[in-house]
Amino acid sequence: MTPPAPVALIDYGSGNLHSAGKALERAAREGGGGKSVLVTADPDVVRRADRIVLPGVGAYADCRRGLDAVPGMVEALTEVVMERGRPFLGICVGLQLMATRGLEHGETAGLGWIEGDVVKIEPADAALKIPHMGWNSLDVARPHPLLDGIPTGEDGLDAYFVHSYNLNAARPGDVIATTSYGGAITAMVGRDNIAGTQFHPEKSQRLGLALLANFLKWAP
Amino acid sequence: MLKVRVIPCLDVKDGRVVKGVKFVDLRDAGDPVEAAKAYDAAGADELCFLDITASVEARSTLIDVVSRTAEQCFMPLTVGGGVRTVEDIRALLNAGADKVSINTAAVNRREFVREAAEKFGEQCIVVAIDAKKVSAEGEPDRWEIFTHGGRNRTGIDAVDYAKEVVALGAGEILLTSMDRDGTGEGFDLKLTRAISDAVKVPVIASGGVGTLDHLVDGIREGGASAVLAASIFHFGTFTIGAAKEALGAAGLPVRLGGGDIGGSAIKEAGR
Repeated sequence: MTPPAPVALIDYGSGNLHSAGKALERAAREGGGGKSVLVTADPDVVRRADRIVLPGVGAYADCRRGLDAVPGMVEALTEVVMERGRPFLGICVGLQLMATRGLEHGETAGLGWIEGDVVKIEPADAALKIPHMGWNSLDVARPHPLLDGIPTGEDGLDAYFVHSYNLNAARPGDVIATTSYGGAITAMVGRDNIAGTQFHPEKSQRLGLALLANFLKWAP
Repeated sequence: MLKVRVIPCLDVKDGRVVKGVKFVDLRDAGDPVEAAKAYDAAGADELCFLDITASVEARSTLIDVVSRTAEQCFMPLTVGGGVRTVEDIRALLNAGADKVSINTAAVNRREFVREAAEKFGEQCIVVAIDAKKVSAEGEPDRWEIFTHGGRNRTGIDAVDYAKEVVALGAGEILLTSMDRDGTGEGFDLKLTRAISDAVKVPVIASGGVGTLDHLVDGIREGGASAVLAASIFHFGTFTIGAAKEALGAAGLPVRLGGGDIGGSAIKEAGR
């Protein structure tokens, strides 16, 4: 019997790979079915992976450039995620890269998996600070397997956010959860086998580890 | 609703916590990783490591501490102290820090803030401001930036400086009143309010916390988004939970309950 295919955590020079990798390993040990996690910049490893996590920290255009700089990576991701339906999770800018385009310091094309633009957060209340930084609650728009067993809402667990830009999804059905910060901010998107979190599960303590464990078990 | 953040700060020297953390069941109170795990389990919203190591060689020790903490604590971590180059920042972020705090290097060369923010994103660049009141009694309030633990007066106006570093890309301000630091008399609320009103990014109030009411004042009167304290938590005067209860009782939004990551983490911390 061949060992289970690993979870591929994409290394493209952007993102807190150390934290995300350790959180995934912990989630795998404690309820995610003991899957192994592989940090990789190799498109062939991505093609063989059982599921894929795309982290991302920093400026949109920088992240897109970094992804494009890995030969064959965008093609491999598109093939396994969009054609072969492997479970995919984008984190923070990893979620934003799923959009049609990013409008941070100019226009940058996204992967185009979730229709919509990534735009600057402009709260109606000028007293609200930007970046939106800290712990905020999740308002679930529709139930999703990644949120199974996680208490949400104002009395539920909070998630850790740190961002100045927000994905405005064109199709309301793509939004799984929002958070409130001078209006509704996209917290989670998804469709079919793809999902993304604007918050950082790897930094969201109990909520984050539970969500990652759910992702590792997810069979869309 | 976005919660106000309670941030314990650990001073680290040569890889050890300077003032031991007085927690029950802590195997090694001087180990920053043990202390971090205890604060993680206690529901701290973020952690802050301030490296006060003098020597450059001990840098690798700090990197190791950050790395081991990030392996076990799945919560936001800010690391500061002696950050002078883009490479310093890269090493800390790669080790698992979420935010890096820049102090003297930004005072000496403001462009460093821009370089850092452009390289790593504004969200992970914190500028630490150490300020002291310089106006005399009866004059309008005025504060200046001080370096070297409050010994060196720079002549730079604190409010102007805060605006400047935010324009250059600082994503957050860690504001310490050098007049209040270590006194237990409470934050300099006028300073906190002046800086908070002047910039669009979150301000962390620091320096002087002695009671739980001081934390409430820092948010309500000072306009801070987060409160940072060291002694009151390390010496066990107050727990993180008590701090949050006090903030919550004052009507401020706090995160309760979601802090620890379950029984296993607590068991590990006590092992």
